[in-house]
Amino acid sequence: MNLSFFDQFSSPSLLGIPLILISMVFPALLLPSLDNRWITNRLSTLQLWFINLVTKQLMMPLDKKGHKWALILTSLMIFLLLINLLGLLPYTFTPTTQLSMNLALAFPLWLATLLTGLRNQPSASLAHLLPEGTPTPLIPALILIETTSLLIRPLALGVRLTANLTAGHLLIQLISTATTALFSTMPAVSLLTFLVLFLLTILEVAVAMIQAYVFVLLLSLYLQENI
Amino acid sequence: LPAAVLLKDTKLMDVKLGQLGSWLAMRDFTPGGILGAIRRGHERYYNKYINVRKGGLGGLSMVLAGYIILSYMWSYSHIKHDRRRKYH
Repeated sequence: MNLSFFDQFSSPSLLGIPLILISMVFPALLLPSLDNRWITNRLSTLQLWFINLVTKQLMMPLDKKGHKWALILTSLMIFLLLINLLGLLPYTFTPTTQLSMNLALAFPLWLATLLTGLRNQPSASLAHLLPEGTPTPLIPALILIETTSLLIRPLALGVRLTANLTAGHLLIQLISTATTALFSTMPAVSLLTFLVLFLLTILEVAVAMIQAYVFVLLLSLYLQENI
Repeated sequence: LPAAVLLKDTKLMDVKLGQLGSWLAMRDFTPGGILGAIRRGHERYYNKYINVRKGGLGGLSMVLAGYIILSYMWSYSHIKHDRRRKYH
């Protein structure tokens, strides 16, 4: 029984020192730096294989100019993936539940894609605001709608990540509280709830990975339109 | 006859209790020194558990377990209110 179920999301600090920095830097410790060996240790091999897979997948739809973005998109993907997965461990803090951090990631990257498009191919970027084949009377309304949809993208990116992770963590906390509360009175129901908790945890692992992927995928999509 | 080792070069496990104070005083506590110590510690752990031919799950798990324990310690003052009570 917690005083408030949202206590787990308050930014942790120790004697005034914000600990969120450590939660953000810690994933970097888990990734071994690559020496120039042909056969590396198992962790490095796994990491290398995974990074190659992600980079190929992200860069396939982009042309040569878009490949400049490979480093930042892949590192963003690994960063979000590790942070989300580490947040599922007990007692850890997930920085991506803070809207401030997700908006700080989404907004500059989205703006970069937009400005790249506007700078290099302004007419083509603006042309995206009007889908082909719209009937003429609808054009003004559709342009307004498309502009709104364009401007709301960074907000959507940030809020999507925040909401998914926050909801998942909250659900886990609620159902585990229910399990412990029911255990003394109705053990059978408690067992059922425990089963739900187990399935939910598996879902949360999947969500953690998917949300990171979706974030980066959408960014690469915005890039495709604009590069 | 074993050559006498300078106090400066002895490892921590070989220092006698009486010499502990002077040993600590000789250590390098500048930021550069602390960074070097962290780097050495990291290299020791990495080369012992991860950078081996058949590294297992234990090398990574110990790091994660340490992270969990550290997070628990940092959030204890917050969590200690969540005990089982009759009235909340």
